[in-house]
Amino acid sequence: MSLVTATIKRDLLLAARNPGEWLNPLMFFLMVAALFPLAVDPDPKFLSKIAGGVIWVAALLATLLSLDALYKADVEDGSLEQWLASGESLYAMSLGKALVHWCISGLPLTLMAPVLGLMLALPDDAFWALILSLAVGTPVLSLLGAVGAALTAGVRSGGLLLSLLILPLYIPVLIFAASAVYHAGIGMAWNGQIGFLGAMLALALCLTPFASAAALKLNLSR
Amino acid sequence: MSDALCFGGGVKTQLIAVVVMWQWLKQLYHRLGSPKWFYEITTGWIPWLAVLSVIGTVVGLVLGLLYAPADYLQGNSFRIIYIHVPAAILAQSAFMMMAVAGAVYLIWRMKMAAWVAKVIAPIGASFCLIALLTGAIWGKPTWGTWWVWDARLTSMLLLLFLYFGVMALQQAMESEDSSYRAGAILSLVGLVNIPIIKYSVEWWNTLHQPATLKLTEKPSMHPDMLIPLLIMIVTTYVFFALLVILRTRNEILWHERKRSWVKQILES
Repeated sequence: MSLVTATIKRDLLLAARNPGEWLNPLMFFLMVAALFPLAVDPDPKFLSKIAGGVIWVAALLATLLSLDALYKADVEDGSLEQWLASGESLYAMSLGKALVHWCISGLPLTLMAPVLGLMLALPDDAFWALILSLAVGTPVLSLLGAVGAALTAGVRSGGLLLSLLILPLYIPVLIFAASAVYHAGIGMAWNGQIGFLGAMLALALCLTPFASAAALKLNLSR
Repeated sequence: MSDALCFGGGVKTQLIAVVVMWQWLKQLYHRLGSPKWFYEITTGWIPWLAVLSVIGTVVGLVLGLLYAPADYLQGNSFRIIYIHVPAAILAQSAFMMMAVAGAVYLIWRMKMAAWVAKVIAPIGASFCLIALLTGAIWGKPTWGTWWVWDARLTSMLLLLFLYFGVMALQQAMESEDSSYRAGAILSLVGLVNIPIIKYSVEWWNTLHQPATLKLTEKPSMHPDMLIPLLIMIVTTYVFFALLVILRTRNEILWHERKRSWVKQILES
């Protein structure tokens, strides 16, 4: 377990020293959300209707953008081989990597989303739904995405491929999260949707590290 | 006491039957692992499967297109069901077969399973595409539009995306073994996700869209319509088996091309 905590510390330190890694997806998040009023309609009435969906699509794309780098450096500099040789549990290792990824992508996205909500005229009632849905939903995105990142770590120009693999798997999260925000906005109950997101999070926490671990081993055998 | 004995004897025979079946399955499994055995045994199957799929298609389509009564609501346009539904069913079960074959390769490293999984991906994707296209053609006269965000349409579209993902990943990998393994992992992840996607899409749809464009609820189908449909479904499975066997044989010939038995076949 010590190796896992050491890796988590190392990755957080690396992110702190190289802020572009986690700041760029955040700026991307902001810019994508700003495109919609420009391209579609800046009318607040219209915006307040689509705000939740737009913010969620932007968050999803920003997560995808930051996933590509998750295992790349570790494959290139040989850290991955050291992990595999160390005999430590790959399950714990990939879980740790996904959690670090959430800390530097999902968490800042969650914290920044209310600002975007203000810009997109999100209804007042929907702010908590937005924050909660992002807090519960983005870890699922990180966990599922880590599987894709592990699969494509050794592939040249794997970024686009990663999006192809992972986007269909993100659809359920998007559906439930956007609908929670939308229903909160029109004054209906939204705890059911958050419950579903929580169920998906539990499932992803248990199962995706297995797939990630299997996919990581694959990078060694080449 | 005697009852208990009888019961015990029943369990015993059942146990023996299970053990015998298990042994038989194990034997079959080990044989299936041999490319040569598979190649030789399927040589005799191909003409049968081909004839069966031609006869089934002709009978099913003639019965369906000429003899089945027209639908009271949709008229003759409903007849595309005889292609649409079998293709849709097959697209879904092909994904399951691909994932199972992939799992067999991941766990037991059986080469045959990897080849079968690789071969199924494009075939399954083609059936998925056929289902979507015929669905669109059917939708035009029935719903008045080529595409609606109906739950079933959307989940078929996502299934097609999953197939594309598996195929793209397999092509991107440099070594053959890692392409098989990566495809297997992704199709297993996809298999877990398919029910989640299906139910979330249905749930989303029922919330967002009132049932304006629903297919007329099928009251139990008239046998004259149902029998051709069943024939077409079975035939599509036979045709699928034929395609998979033919393409797997190609893979076998290519991968075993340096073996003496393949050289003999190729020379004769």
